[in-house]
Amino acid sequence: MPDTFIKIASVTVGSGGASSIDFTSIPSTYTDLCVKLSIRNTSTESTNQIYVQPNSATTNLSSRILVGTGSATASASYTSDSSIWGYCCGNGSTSNTFGNSEFYFPNYAGSTNKSISVDSVNETNATDARQSLLAGLWSSTTAISSLKFLTIENSTGNSKNFVQYSTATLYGIKNS
Amino acid sequence: MPSTYTPIATTTLGSATPTVTFSSISGTYTDLILVFTGSNATSNNGLRLRFNSDSGTNYSSTYVYGNGSSAASSVGANTTGGQIAVDINSTQATSIAHIMNYSNTTTYKTFLGRGSSSGTYADANVSLWRNTAAITSVTVLLGGGTSNFSVGSTFTLYGVKSA
Repeated sequence: MPDTFIKIASVTVGSGGASSIDFTSIPSTYTDLCVKLSIRNTSTESTNQIYVQPNSATTNLSSRILVGTGSATASASYTSDSSIWGYCCGNGSTSNTFGNSEFYFPNYAGSTNKSISVDSVNETNATDARQSLLAGLWSSTTAISSLKFLTIENSTGNSKNFVQYSTATLYGIKNS
Repeated sequence: MPSTYTPIATTTLGSATPTVTFSSISGTYTDLILVFTGSNATSNNGLRLRFNSDSGTNYSSTYVYGNGSSAASSVGANTTGGQIAVDINSTQATSIAHIMNYSNTTTYKTFLGRGSSSGTYADANVSLWRNTAAITSVTVLLGGGTSNFSVGSTFTLYGVKSA
């Protein structure tokens, strides 16, 4: 049997930072895609957000999220260009901490709407931490051929940059 | 480097079907992973697993979930299947289940389910099958097994080796 959890591409942000992390020309030869990220952004806040736009889509994106803060739970729903998201750290959080996320795209090259699952954490040994589970949907029957990751400040929604040493790795998973 | 994430079998539905079963699963892996993506053609139901054709009340589940406005946790005891997603409806959804140490013959079997249905809930589930037998078959069903999965729903079972 072949090994079927295969690295397609990996990005490590350089010293100048980056406004986005892009995976392009993704082949349709896999069954599912999985992206694992370690992210910190330039916000002066501790808790921030990373989101994805399949094929650079800004419409037909929706989600429901479950969040734990360490002291409370909450849930919310979204229908915006940044609906498919998870938490990350910002420069306002404990030094050297990065938030971790996994974005999972089953049947990404199929002709059905695209269900997307996101798990994320930003643990900082401080009071402001988050864990989230997100159920996302891109209502499009188009095959996913690119993924654009962007990051924003949690309280304002303002765009921020990824800082140096943020990483993202795209894996392809085959069912045969 | 040994293969550690190996496809065992996959099914894509050509017609609406109430259950999908993977049988004759070898005991050569450490864990199993099931990836489901699809929808419910009939109603709203939890996504459940049964093992070795056991439809008795030998399962239990605890889960935490959010519906887009509030968060909650609940438990189901003595159920006829272990839950891996709280509610699947007509919206395309995903669930990934991890079945740990499935082939041992000493312990009851614990498994995790991560449900993602933008039409209903984002949720995390932990379930238990109170049986020490090695798992050799996995059946996926909606609720009690009377609702149908939609055409095009896909189910893939992977084996994971620790070495």
